Amino acid sequence: MIIFHYDKTFEGLLTAVFDAYNRKTFPDRLFGEDEPEPLFTDESYTVITQGDKSNRVWQGLERKMMAVTRNMLRYVWLSEQPGSDELIFRYIRKTFDSKHSIEMNFADPDILEMRNLAKKVDKERLRVIQFVRFQKAADDIFFAPVSPVFNALPLAIEHFADRFADQKWVIYDLKRNYGYYYDLKNVTEITLDMTENFPGGKLNTELMAEDEKLFQDLWKGYFNSMTIKERINPKLHRQNLPKRFWKYLTEKQ
Amino acid sequence: MKEEILEKLKTLAESAKYDVSCASSGTTRKSTPGGIGNTAGWGICHSFTEDGRCVSLLKIMLTNYCIYDCAYCINRRSNDIRRATFSVDELVELTIEFYRRNYIEGLFLSSGVINNPDYTMERMVRVVKQLRTVHKFNGYIHMKSILGSSEQLVREAGLYADRLSVNIEIPTEQNLKMLAPEKSHESVFKPMLYIQQGVLESSEERKKFNSAPRFAPAGQSTQMIIGATDESDKQILNTSAAMYQRPSMKRVYYSGYIPVNSYDNRLPALKQPPLVRENRLYQADWLMRFYEFKVDEIVDDNHPNLDLEIDPKLAWALHHPEHFPVDINKADYTQILRIPGIGVRSAKLIVVSRRYGRLNATSLKKMGIVLKKAQYFITCNELPAFTVNETSPEYVRQILTAKKVAKRKDNHQQMSLEFPD
Repeated sequence: MIIFHYDKTFEGLLTAVFDAYNRKTFPDRLFGEDEPEPLFTDESYTVITQGDKSNRVWQGLERKMMAVTRNMLRYVWLSEQPGSDELIFRYIRKTFDSKHSIEMNFADPDILEMRNLAKKVDKERLRVIQFVRFQKAADDIFFAPVSPVFNALPLAIEHFADRFADQKWVIYDLKRNYGYYYDLKNVTEITLDMTENFPGGKLNTELMAEDEKLFQDLWKGYFNSMTIKERINPKLHRQNLPKRFWKYLTEKQ
Repeated sequence: MKEEILEKLKTLAESAKYDVSCASSGTTRKSTPGGIGNTAGWGICHSFTEDGRCVSLLKIMLTNYCIYDCAYCINRRSNDIRRATFSVDELVELTIEFYRRNYIEGLFLSSGVINNPDYTMERMVRVVKQLRTVHKFNGYIHMKSILGSSEQLVREAGLYADRLSVNIEIPTEQNLKMLAPEKSHESVFKPMLYIQQGVLESSEERKKFNSAPRFAPAGQSTQMIIGATDESDKQILNTSAAMYQRPSMKRVYYSGYIPVNSYDNRLPALKQPPLVRENRLYQADWLMRFYEFKVDEIVDDNHPNLDLEIDPKLAWALHHPEHFPVDINKADYTQILRIPGIGVRSAKLIVVSRRYGRLNATSLKKMGIVLKKAQYFITCNELPAFTVNETSPEYVRQILTAKKVAKRKDNHQQMSLEFPD
């Protein structure tokens, strides 16, 4: 078995592709830098991430792949699923080794899995867009907590920056402890260490803007009035609005 | 102040919720400098009520006072319900503040008719105008066009709203007259025509000048109440098919009748809203819009009503076994679309994947294509030939509907012996 170690960054992964073609040995498994190796390792190689190498691989992909598919690589990378890096590696290798585009050959298990995983991440991105609930703080910053299954927040930021261009906002991933802050001009990545100010994702009452409670109550009242009692369907409700999102949804408090 | 707004909001939401349209799709609008919001072309649902319906827009009425007395409507003037009216400013503020918190995609504005149609429509137009011009709101706006309002007001509304709609409510004229004596199909078609003309003229203008104003860019929609009157599915679907002939008509919604005014003996006494029938009608609607079916293929004189037990596509396939089996490696896209259980996505997936090699049952399964129904209607490399033609439509129907029976708790296959004490 051939093992490659790399630094678990996307650039590192692309460098690993470069090195593999350079060395003409292809890894069976990819490991992090300090991850213990399994027994019966035939060969072990440590990739040193280099920008010029990863750029060359990316340029190669730009020639061989549609933009949609390159986007898919990013989505799968952000899925953070075990083995997703090996999947990307195999996919890139299949792309380079084939004369023709392989992107639509969904009978191939790797290509199918890439597509399915990318779709799952995309679904999570959409759910972030759907279910983010801002709470207005006293300093006029709109704050929203999220904790998506996949690391889908960066994929949704463009949408929020366009939509809420005239208000300051923070969307914070409590699970991964990072977030984005928009200051009316730019979006910056931030890490907050004052998580005690929003226990369970809710803004402390003293930090809330004056009318925030009112609008939360109005929204809750509206939401409850919209239900048609004769049609109640809890199964469909949970299917469309999975329980894991309820904790941050104003209307489900 | 606060209590009052909350009560108003609840009252007017209660009054608006029976309108089923919730789409926020059909327009793409980027944000503008100094403006708020944008519109994503595919529509976004922000929440789901406990009945499983999507909440995308703030679906609200300006007022639920009404001069009309339509039997099917909760807001009819003879009903003793709580009444309320929003001021233009209140509604605008509510929309903006909800939007800023990502609760909604925009506004769905409807209203009861007060004083006269033009008076009502004029107030509604003021709301959307204020949103668009004063607040530079770029979110989605769906507005009802009030029956009997002037063409001029409809034209103005179209400049601000993304979608305009007029509900036909009852599929046949005669039944509409019975339940809503003050309305007629003509009074519904008139504003529809205004909208259509506005949309067509604007798209012509925009071909010449990029800067020409858009008019209701997401077109119009309408809604029919199902089960309040005695129309067959054939009549309903023919009405929808005629609607879809109109150039700007994007959607026809079907709303299973909920007995809101059970005391009115012109209306049937229903224990349950006809949810299955509603679902079948939507499926039939989809067949017309996305599967290239003609209305008389779905319902005809022999089968004037949709089969409640099986979906309309399966029903069609069982009536027409001569079209099957379809070879998924050779048949063209439209034929694949007609296989029961294979949707638009699956059909497209099959068509692109088979270029790389022949597909078999295993690869179809791996691709996530559900073969439960499709297996009786296709041939591919390895699939055992056990299709609708080797057996019979009756047999396939029996297998596909039998499972539900087996799931029941009282298992009829098991003989039960009763022992006397």
